[in-house]
Amino acid sequence: MSPLLSAQGISRAFGGVQALNVCSLNVEKGSIAGLIGPNGSGKTTLFNVITGYVKPDAGTVTFDGQDITNARPDKVFALGVGRTFQLTRIFARMSVVENMLVATQHDESWIYGLTRSKSSKSELDAAMEWLDFVGIARLASLEAGSLSYGQRKLLELAYVLVADPDVILLDEPAGGVNLTLINEISEKIRTLNKSGKTFLIVEHNMEFVMNLCDTVTVMHQGSNLVTGLPAEIRSNPLVLDAYLGGGDEDEESQEAAHG
Amino acid sequence: MLRLKSGLWLLGFVVFALLPLVVTNPAYRNIAVVTLIFMACATSWNMFSGYSGYVALGSAAFYGTGAYTMALMANHLHLQGGASMFWLVPAGGLAAMLVAVPVGAIALRVRRHTFVVITIAIFFVFQLTAINLSFTGGTGGLSLPYVPWGASYFEVPFYYVAFAILIFATVLSVLVRRSRFGLQLLAIRDDEDRALGLGVKVFPVKLTGFVMSAFVIGMGGALYAMLQGQIYPQFVFDPIFDITIALMAFFGGFGTLLGPLLGGLVLESMQQYFTVTFSSGSLGSLYLIVFGALFLVVILFMPQGIVTAVRDWWVKRAARAARDSAASDAALAGGSH
Repeated sequence: MSPLLSAQGISRAFGGVQALNVCSLNVEKGSIAGLIGPNGSGKTTLFNVITGYVKPDAGTVTFDGQDITNARPDKVFALGVGRTFQLTRIFARMSVVENMLVATQHDESWIYGLTRSKSSKSELDAAMEWLDFVGIARLASLEAGSLSYGQRKLLELAYVLVADPDVILLDEPAGGVNLTLINEISEKIRTLNKSGKTFLIVEHNMEFVMNLCDTVTVMHQGSNLVTGLPAEIRSNPLVLDAYLGGGDEDEESQEAAHG
Repeated sequence: MLRLKSGLWLLGFVVFALLPLVVTNPAYRNIAVVTLIFMACATSWNMFSGYSGYVALGSAAFYGTGAYTMALMANHLHLQGGASMFWLVPAGGLAAMLVAVPVGAIALRVRRHTFVVITIAIFFVFQLTAINLSFTGGTGGLSLPYVPWGASYFEVPFYYVAFAILIFATVLSVLVRRSRFGLQLLAIRDDEDRALGLGVKVFPVKLTGFVMSAFVIGMGGALYAMLQGQIYPQFVFDPIFDITIALMAFFGGFGTLLGPLLGGLVLESMQQYFTVTFSSGSLGSLYLIVFGALFLVVILFMPQGIVTAVRDWWVKRAARAARDSAASDAALAGGSH
């Protein structure tokens, strides 16, 4: 079976920095895939390429057999690929429930938006249902800007879910939140995965990734270094090198040679 | 609270509807007409800029387009000066929308400060064009057909047409705020890239809002031209207009419904009143000083505008009252922030 989401040979440079260098990644339908790697290894850039925020210099992205390489973010989202951001992004001066409603239009024509009210009964119900799922339904009428950081993370997850995407890309869902909430988020992801959602997760918290993910891909200097089961990744010497700074060792030995 | 609110709106409506019966001095009636026009323009400006956060400073391009449309069409159609000219007011609005399409398509490709600068630049293109083309009458401007109404009556029809435009602008602003389209504009204001990633088609939404807001501003310009009977490029394509309607919205409350209405009412009526009262005396520019001082006070103490400041104060007061009553019940449960 071909993967649900696939990035093949993606390259992208920002000025002189090669953020992605022939990077490939497959996400199987119904799986939870993890994406780890040192800071600056290109994880977020890969997310941006997949979701249409950044156009790759080379390579193709396919979703469900469809080429989405140069599709705009709204199109990618409408097709069924939702994402969250590393630095949580919500609509701060709108209420929590209005935040949810922004995501409920699917591929609706923008002209239709002129003639309809901002929510239908079913959209409002769905919004409240997902807010309840992540546990912040009681905050629905508050201004989103008044939420705590953890609550914002939950809101961002909820408004991606309300659009019912097939694949959800999470950029550091456990970053900057307390342990109880990390476990809670982990539990939500598992529940959603059982109901058929596919996940691709970037995360620095190893315990979170190793416990949750079916497969883990390690990125290093803009490429996919190795992919495997969590247990394999844990004991892979290449991975340890990438994290503990094989590059630095080279530099040090060079310095030593010159010195 | 809701009843109080709708009561106040109704009161405002009645006061404005009856004003010409009470105020009979033509000079004050003239002030009232111009004030209504500015309130409508500020409301319409706010419907796009206030909701989307894209501060446009070139709206005089639409105001002037409306004014010139009125003047050119009235002359070329050889209209008799009188009520039939009012039919050209919507034509002025439509012409403004027409020019807003390419203006928006260019300016809305950039954001924030760059957007502001581009709208100003485009505005000056319009002003220079009006000054230099022959069919616009150059610096001499254009005269409109003479409206032969008596002095005791002259401003009244203008007043009610301006009032109708204001009601239209206000209702449109409410409907937009309640629509899916309005929700998308607000989402764009808060985080445009995030909105795009949630399926909002940001460019068509922005362009539609921009073009819609030009309609009322163009109608305002057309009515103003008819009221004056003579237009000059530097007074209808006026950079002060660009800034004035933005300041009215900021003064009253950027992005709120009541804000631009309040800002337009206070600022324009004051400015007109001071101009009429002091223009001949040694206090000729006193109003500018009063104006400046008022602005400083509002910007320093209510940077979000009057409406937002009052609302925040109200919410805080209500929250405090709720807290006090909860405390007196001695049932303060923690942890539910």
